[in-house]
Amino acid sequence: MSGPPLLQVDGLRMHFFTKAGVVKAVDDVSFSVGRGEILGLVGESGSGKSMTGYSIIGLVDPPGRIVEGRIVFDGTDLTRLDAAAWRGVRGSRIAMIFQDPMMTLNPVLRIDTQIVEAVQAHADVSRESALARAREALVRVGIASPDERLRAYPHQFSGGMRQRVAIAIALVNGPDLIIADEPTTALDVTIQGQILFEMQKVCRESGTALIWITHDLSVVAGLADEVCVMYAGRFVESGPVADILDRPLHPYSRGLIDSVPSRNARGRPLRQIPGMTPSLLSLGPGCPFRDRCTSATARCAESPSVTEPSPGRRLRCFHPNA
Amino acid sequence: MLAYAIRRLGQSLFVLVLMSFLVFIGVFAIGDPIELLVNPQADEVERIRATAALGLDKTFLEQYWVFLKGAASGDLGKSFVYNVPALSLILQKLPATIELAFVAMVMAIFLGIPLGLVAGLKPDSLVGRGIMAGSILGFSLPTFWVGLVLIMVFSVNLGWLPSNGRGETTLVAGIPVSFLTLDGLAHIAMPAVNLALFKLSLLIRLTRAGTREAVLQDYVKFARAKGLTQGRVIGVHVLKNILIPIVTVIGLELGSVIAFAIVTESIFAWPGTGKLLIDSINQLDRPVIVAYLLVIVTLFIVINFVVDVLYSMLDPRVRLGGAAAAH
Amino acid sequence: MSDPILSAPAGPLAETTPGAKGGVAGPWSRFRADFAESRLALFGLALLVVILLVGLLAPVISPQNPYDLAQLDIMDSKLAPGERSADGSTYWLGTDDQGRDMLSGIFYGLRISLGVGIASTVFALAIGLVFGLVAAYFGGWVDTLVMRIVDIQLSFPSILIALILLAVLGQGVDKIVIALITVQWAYYARTVRASALVERQKEYIEAARVLALGQARIVFRHLLPNCLPPLIVVATVQVAHAIALEATLSFLGLGLPITEPSLGLLISNGFQYLLSGKYWISFYPGIALLLTIMAINLVADQLRDILNPRLRK
Repeated sequence: MSGPPLLQVDGLRMHFFTKAGVVKAVDDVSFSVGRGEILGLVGESGSGKSMTGYSIIGLVDPPGRIVEGRIVFDGTDLTRLDAAAWRGVRGSRIAMIFQDPMMTLNPVLRIDTQIVEAVQAHADVSRESALARAREALVRVGIASPDERLRAYPHQFSGGMRQRVAIAIALVNGPDLIIADEPTTALDVTIQGQILFEMQKVCRESGTALIWITHDLSVVAGLADEVCVMYAGRFVESGPVADILDRPLHPYSRGLIDSVPSRNARGRPLRQIPGMTPSLLSLGPGCPFRDRCTSATARCAESPSVTEPSPGRRLRCFHPNA
Repeated sequence: MLAYAIRRLGQSLFVLVLMSFLVFIGVFAIGDPIELLVNPQADEVERIRATAALGLDKTFLEQYWVFLKGAASGDLGKSFVYNVPALSLILQKLPATIELAFVAMVMAIFLGIPLGLVAGLKPDSLVGRGIMAGSILGFSLPTFWVGLVLIMVFSVNLGWLPSNGRGETTLVAGIPVSFLTLDGLAHIAMPAVNLALFKLSLLIRLTRAGTREAVLQDYVKFARAKGLTQGRVIGVHVLKNILIPIVTVIGLELGSVIAFAIVTESIFAWPGTGKLLIDSINQLDRPVIVAYLLVIVTLFIVINFVVDVLYSMLDPRVRLGGAAAAH
Repeated sequence: MSDPILSAPAGPLAETTPGAKGGVAGPWSRFRADFAESRLALFGLALLVVILLVGLLAPVISPQNPYDLAQLDIMDSKLAPGERSADGSTYWLGTDDQGRDMLSGIFYGLRISLGVGIASTVFALAIGLVFGLVAAYFGGWVDTLVMRIVDIQLSFPSILIALILLAVLGQGVDKIVIALITVQWAYYARTVRASALVERQKEYIEAARVLALGQARIVFRHLLPNCLPPLIVVATVQVAHAIALEATLSFLGLGLPITEPSLGLLISNGFQYLLSGKYWISFYPGIALLLTIMAINLVADQLRDILNPRLRK
């Protein structure tokens, strides 16, 4: 890879300051995304992967706050932007799509309103030219007869169609980076495949980088270039997708991969990771996974630092798998 | 849409007839107006003549039939007290009531929704808590007592505002209104504030609850992710969603504002229908009571109908005869 | 749902996970803890207890019996708060036009206002409960009929209905209680029906039916207890409404007779003296009314929050 990456997240910590105590939703996470690259951000619910996404697009709400770390996007540290500058980035250079397409489109506004406002928030253009861009974006995500669709309300669409519209809205200003927070989880499997394919195609064509947040490794396998695994708000390991899937180094990644049903393991009982995710509220120092880890030793009560076992691979573990 | 409107109209008519019957039974049972109206020294002949003149010698059903026949042609009987058609008496007083209710409602809406939005967006801030505390107080304050306190402070102690009447009125399309003259404004200020207070508290709570729920929705987060200004996110995405229940409530409360104007009008001697009703109840002026109730019921029915139409305009999901879902 | 880690069946590798901390505290102490979370609500509750005690003990704690004419002296009429009477006792809140101690008048008035409010709520609750349960349990035309009546009634403001009823019935404690019951029952019927309909769908009712338990038993032992939480909230709010409505009607001269002066009537009596600056005759009974309604509303707000499963965290 040449030149600096498009996005460099460095030692990001995002904490929620609640009455019950500080919840370290994101705790020392680093990764980078190159231009036009697709990164799979993987973890269970509560691993902080969505919160990492919100941090990058500046949508962390109180009592949450970024307490440490840098998010360098195309040379600018986003954590230092003021509200107005943030607005210029959001929706224009970085876009985001969410999990449930039934909820992301405003039920009482027409589709054209919702796309046109996204265009006009960033470009001083007439409604007509904004509409032209909207039409184009809808066609790109595979929506036929866009004019008819533009005049409709969200409730007149199916789930898959709504997610296409949401993607079109994300694409309409030609962003450099799209953060997709489990956008296919709520959809039927067949629609899931279509959306994945569409998304990948569109990003490749336009050179848009993509951060695909998911708990589903099988989705990442066919889509991403790089994978970053998170656990309990912390960075676990990262590397090229094929590498990670073939040779996971962290016991947690290995557990994740082993618990995915696969064709060549048919008939054998599925393996699973024992125990459950720790509460982020009571999490002390040390590796958060050690209570569930079969290779854990006394040493794991300290926090391991991030190492680079091989070029392009990064890892936070004292006892990597052989 | 048309079929729906016709069905609604039919239902409304049924309610109206039903109400007229109930009201008539009820009012029929109120005391004996002759006792009050005829000079106690009058002899028996005089009394019988008066009874016949007022149609009170007929049976209940006959009286109701006469009433219905008259009502169909817009004649709701003559006031026993003023000896003029009851309906025209009501209609003559109605503009004052509607003006009061309207000004109060406008106050409640234009203060209540913004305050509720602020309280909903910043529920834990000092301002948010203050607004909420104010609305709890407004909810608990008995309307009529607030009226007294207003008079005590602004009329008696400070001497700023007059405590009764409509003041100077101007004619708009032949209807006298107060709010266009300074004197009229001074007269309407206290009654309108008094009447608005409860609705204001209600709207603050409603808007606050709606806002708190709406800001958590994904579509708000998505709107922010588009890079929209805070103003547009709140003013369009949040507001348009919370406005749906609010419009419904406002519509329904319009009726109750007119009803509660009875109290406010009595305190501030505002010459509207509410004061007329209380006077008529005290004087057993049956036709006026009946006419008042029927006019109010009709008004409610019209309001409900308009609210339904508005509701379907605001919420595309219930829009009648909308396009079928496309997949 | 498709989360491989969370949904995988317990295999041989699985340890027994320590369950969430068991509920050591019973539901009642949990309810108390939830309620105490809001200091404002606690304040409301304390205030309400004081008000109820004052109402209950009015004859014991009042400086004078305001309706024993032998204790009144017309010379003491319209004294300002803090002034002393001819015989040397102090009227902390002043006296009215009859020379009645306002403080005692307010204590007695509170007693009447609370009595009317609570009595009408209890009766309306009972009537609404029966109709609501019957409508929900039997459904069909019974349900349609009851709910139509409820809908029509609720589309008219309560004050209008009460006003007309009182115009027809005349004055008296019994009359105003009847009027308040009439305007309130529909709220309960609607609330009970709504939650009973939800409960009816649940499996335990089905189970009770399968067991061939009697209908009355199913309705009262199974359906009713589960409809109680929303009902408690509505009833608390309605007591405040009833008290305010009674005061308003009495103020308009259509509620209670002069021999049984509630707070509303006290305020009404003072109205004519207000313009001459003798504010206390109306003002202090109003404060008592305000505090009563506010205390009930504060308690009701908190009850609504902790009994609403949707807001439970």
